[in-house]
Order: sequence, then C-alpha cells, then structure tokens
Amino acid sequence: MAEVSFKGVKKSYGRVDVIKGVDIHINDGEFVVFIGPSGCGKSTLLRMIAGLEDITEGILKIGGRVVNELQPKERGVAMVFQSYAIFPHMTVRENMAFGLTIAGASKQAKEQKVAEAARILQMEHLLDRRPSQLSGGQRQRVAIGRAITRKPAVFLFDEPLSNLDAALRMDMRMEIGRLRRQLGTTMIYVTHDQVEAMTLADRIVVLKDGEVMQIGAPMELYHEPANRFVAGFLGAPSMNFLNVDVLDLDGEAATIGNQSLEPIRVATKRRPFRKGGKAILGIRPQYLREAPSGKGMLHGTVALAERLGSETVVDLTLRDGRELIAAFDEDKIFEPDDALELMFDTALAHLFPEDG
Amino acid sequence: MVINPDNYGLRLFVRYLVLSLIALIFIFPLVFMINSSFKPDSQLLADTSSLRAFLPVGDISLNNYFGAFQRAPVGLFVFNSVLVTGVTVLLSLLICSLAAFSFTFLQWKGRDVMLSIVIATLIIPFETIAIPLLLLVSKLPWIGLEGLEWGWLNTYRVQIIPWIADGLTIFLFVQYFKGLPGELIEASRVEGASWWQVYYRVVMPLSGPVLATAAILKFLVMYNQYLWPLIVVQQENYRPVMVGLGYFFQLNVAWGEVMAYLTLITVPVLIFYLFLQRAFIASIASTGVKG
Repeated sequence: MAEVSFKGVKKSYGRVDVIKGVDIHINDGEFVVFIGPSGCGKSTLLRMIAGLEDITEGILKIGGRVVNELQPKERGVAMVFQSYAIFPHMTVRENMAFGLTIAGASKQAKEQKVAEAARILQMEHLLDRRPSQLSGGQRQRVAIGRAITRKPAVFLFDEPLSNLDAALRMDMRMEIGRLRRQLGTTMIYVTHDQVEAMTLADRIVVLKDGEVMQIGAPMELYHEPANRFVAGFLGAPSMNFLNVDVLDLDGEAATIGNQSLEPIRVATKRRPFRKGGKAILGIRPQYLREAPSGKGMLHGTVALAERLGSETVVDLTLRDGRELIAAFDEDKIFEPDDALELMFDTALAHLFPEDG
Repeated sequence: MVINPDNYGLRLFVRYLVLSLIALIFIFPLVFMINSSFKPDSQLLADTSSLRAFLPVGDISLNNYFGAFQRAPVGLFVFNSVLVTGVTVLLSLLICSLAAFSFTFLQWKGRDVMLSIVIATLIIPFETIAIPLLLLVSKLPWIGLEGLEWGWLNTYRVQIIPWIADGLTIFLFVQYFKGLPGELIEASRVEGASWWQVYYRVVMPLSGPVLATAAILKFLVMYNQYLWPLIVVQQENYRPVMVGLGYFFQLNVAWGEVMAYLTLITVPVLIFYLFLQRAFIASIASTGVKG
C-alpha cells in the first residue's frame, strides 16, 4: 500500500502542454477517480504513475519515493486497461501468473496466489481457458486477477468498464467496489462515466485541459462545485446556467435577476461580482419545482417533455428565449407550449462569475 | 434474390473448371520436369512436340538419376544448400525480429532515420553491391579452429552472414509488430517484464504468421542463391545446388539428367513449403485484410 503524490507535474509533447502543472495527493488506501472530458489528460496522468509516460517537469512520488525515472516494474503498480490487454497466447492461469513468472516466483507460490485471486473474482472454473473463449466481462476479470496476484502497492484502472455493455458494467462496478473493500489497496481509477466516479470514489479529481478543476468527495463536488465546469460536468441532466444581471450586492449575497427571472438573493460564496455587472446562475434541474401561478421565479413555456416513469424531464423555453431543463421526480403530463412557472430553493443555487 | 439451384450448380461448375485450368497451367512445368527425368534424352526431345511430354509413357527408368549422381555430388550440394539456407533462415528470423522490435517498441535517437535507411536498402539490387561485397569478404578476419585467419572465400559463413539481415525481413516484422495491440506491450511492462522478456514472452509467441512469411521468403532467396556462391566459392565442398546445375551444362548437355537433378533439388523446397503452408496462407490472408 502506498500514497501517490504529484507535485507541479507537467507533460508536454513538443510545444503542446497536455498536463499543465498538477498537484494531487492521494492517501494510502484511498480510492481516487480521475474524471474529465476526452483529452483532459486523465489517462496521461495514470500512465505517468504506471511509468508508461515520461514526466516533463515536476515530481511524482509513490510511497514516499520519487519515481520519475523508475521503470514500470520498479514502481509496484498494477494496471487494468480498457482493452483488457490479456495475452491471447496464454491460458487464464498463465495470464494471471504472468507478473509472478516474470518475478521468478516458485510454482507453488504462483499456484497459491492465482487460486486466491480466482477465488476472490469467482473464476476458478475458467483457469484453463484461453482468452478467446471468454466473454468481455470475464476477460476484464482476468485482467483484474493478473493485477491482484502481484499484491501491488497501487492499482491503476484505465476506463476498465468502457468496453462492456450496460448491464455488465453495473455488475463489474459493484465488483470493483467489493474488491476495493476486500483489498484496501490504493486505487486510482480513470473514467469519463460520472456514475462510476460518484459511486466508487472516496475522492474525485475533475480535470480539464490538463489542469485540476477540483478535488473532493463526490458529494462535496456535487453540492459545492468550485467552478462552472465542475458544476456542469457532474450531475445528469447537467446543471442549468442562466445569464443574469447583478442588481445589488451586499456582504455575502447578491440580488440577481433578468427578463425571465424574478429578483432573488443568492450567496456569493466569496466569489467576485460587481453591482450592475453580469453573473451566471447555476441550478440543477432536480431542484426546480412547479410554482403556483403568479408565484414563480422563472417563467417559460414547455418545448419538450420526456416521461421516464420515475421522473419527467422538461425542456423549457424561457421568456428571453434561452433553454432550461427541469427534472420532476414524478410522472407528470405536459403539453408543448404549456406555460410553466418554476421556483427553487435559492440556497441550492450557485452563482458564478461570468468567466468561470 | 432467389437462387436458382440449377443455375447455382452450373456457376459453381464453371468456376471450378476455370480454377482447375489455371492450376494445370501452373503445374505443367513441374509435371514435365518429373516425367522427363525418367526418360532417355532421345525420347524426351521427341515427346516435347506432343502431350506425351506430360505423361510417364515409353522408356521409363531411373537411369537419369544414376547419371546425375555420377556427374555431380548431388548429396553434397543439397546438404550445403540446406545447411546454408537453414542456418541463414534461423539467424535471420532472430536478428531481423530483434531489429524490428527495437525499431517498433524502443525509443532511441535517430530511430526513424535508421529505419528509413534500412527500408531504403530494398531498392538496391544485389548485383550492384556484389563486387564491393566480394572485395570486403575476401579480406575479413575470422577466428576459427586454426586461430586467426583472413578472408572468407570458400566457406559456409561467406554464404550465410551477408544474408542474415535484410531490409525486407525487418520491414515485414516492423509492420507486423506495429499491428500488435500496444496495450499488450504496456501491460507486460507494468507487470514487470524487461524488454527482453517482452520480446520472447509476449511478442514472439504472437508472431507466428510473420515468422512463417519471413521464413519462407528467406528460404526461397537462400535456396535459389546462384550469383553470390558462384563468385565466392571455388571449391566443390561448399557449393550449393544452383551452382551445381552448371555441372550438367559442361561438354554435352544431358537433358534427362538435368531434369533428374532439378527434381531432386526441388524436394526440399516442397517439404519446407508443405510444412509451413498453413501458416503461410494464414499470413497472406491476414496481411491482405489489414493492408
């Protein structure tokens, strides 16, 4: 088991900076998820930990040891790849024992550790098969098994569930959660799937364009996003953003409003705003409620309503022509062009400066 | 579309007929060679004007084979060729795959330039470098059983070493290695494998098709060697089969014996091909899909 820490880590390909100075500290035994849109550098960071990418600048430590210049095998990490990357010419047993074979472990030790990993992953009956005879989920299990047998200090997962179908993905997600509780090893997991991130992580690192946007517990990020990017990235349907005018400003709150929004007071959370200036109001679709006629804060008409059974997602056109999504947690019937007034708890709204 | 069974059967018949005809055209020279090897020269020459040339009829005997063995040390030539070819093929597979491994998976300065140079050697015909190479090998040192000696002429090594590494084989391996999933290599690195272990535990076991292709191509080049051994080997002891063919064109040409000799030296090629046929076809098929 080990801690992992990035200090001012940068990575450039020629003149293109893909990682622009990252500081992250991951505690021993912690499950951390790197999340972000494609090209944000999350996989690059993971590959740096594995030793598959050079570090242009900065310091990377695993278990207190600087590993910048160390070969992958000297780092004590194991990695599970999106494409499974199990060896097609070896049986499941040989695949799982690969790291031990390389390390020159005795036959007995290999047998014992493979048996143990197979038991944990419930795949004892598959040990003599070849990868071509396995399903996608089973192959990914072999890849995880190969990682377990060596008892690494850090587990790295690079979008391990992306190639699986939806049902299997859920099973494997739970399995990884279970595995994590069983092993207690430091795990770093890269995904673009926010459900995986929210359900598995102790802490989430949100990345964008090679920079850390926010680090925190899943609910912290959900309820207190540090900026507009994080606010919009987590949550489905994603948060609504409205351009508003700052009508008044006092110590801790701002009075805001626009053509479609009645003036309301929203906490500024020490972010900089200017009276008479512009701001962006963020409100999650789930926090919007229908208001009695004449008492709504937001006014619009229904453009589209999607009934999902357990919830109803409504696409509204506001008075100023902008769109807004509202999600009601019950089955409701709306017709296009119905006028709709909405209200929300202003404590659940977020106010962001215009530039982020 | 509904397939008319009669029509389908007819189309199949025509297809097989055409393919069989093409196969016959390719097989005729071989049939002619084998048949003629059993006939005396007078009949052989007379038969060439009719279809009898392809049939084992008339005065059939093994005399030509006895004659061939008398005229030339056939066994020695076949042995020399098989030895030189076998050793070259094996060393070539090892050296060229290692070079390609380095070109594909390792990072080093000047790598891409070097690969371009290696591939560029493909366009240089052997004839243009034959004489400079001859001058070179005639002066190279060697440490043998009798200590240091100079000059490689009249040896096996002069027929083997210059042919081990070549641009085409390296290029074949590079192309194949590039097609292997990169994550397999990365996974083995993370699992602790050294580059050497990646080579022989992961990359080589997955390279069956390209090994077969490279082996067959190299085998054909080596077994058919003529010009190079002709100029570097003057002693009979080290002579390969193709140079040995010259023995049959000195003084009076005995066509029957030529055919018998050719039949004899074709046998190793057929054995080798049958041995690797499946892998060879598989590799052609797979490169076809990829390319």
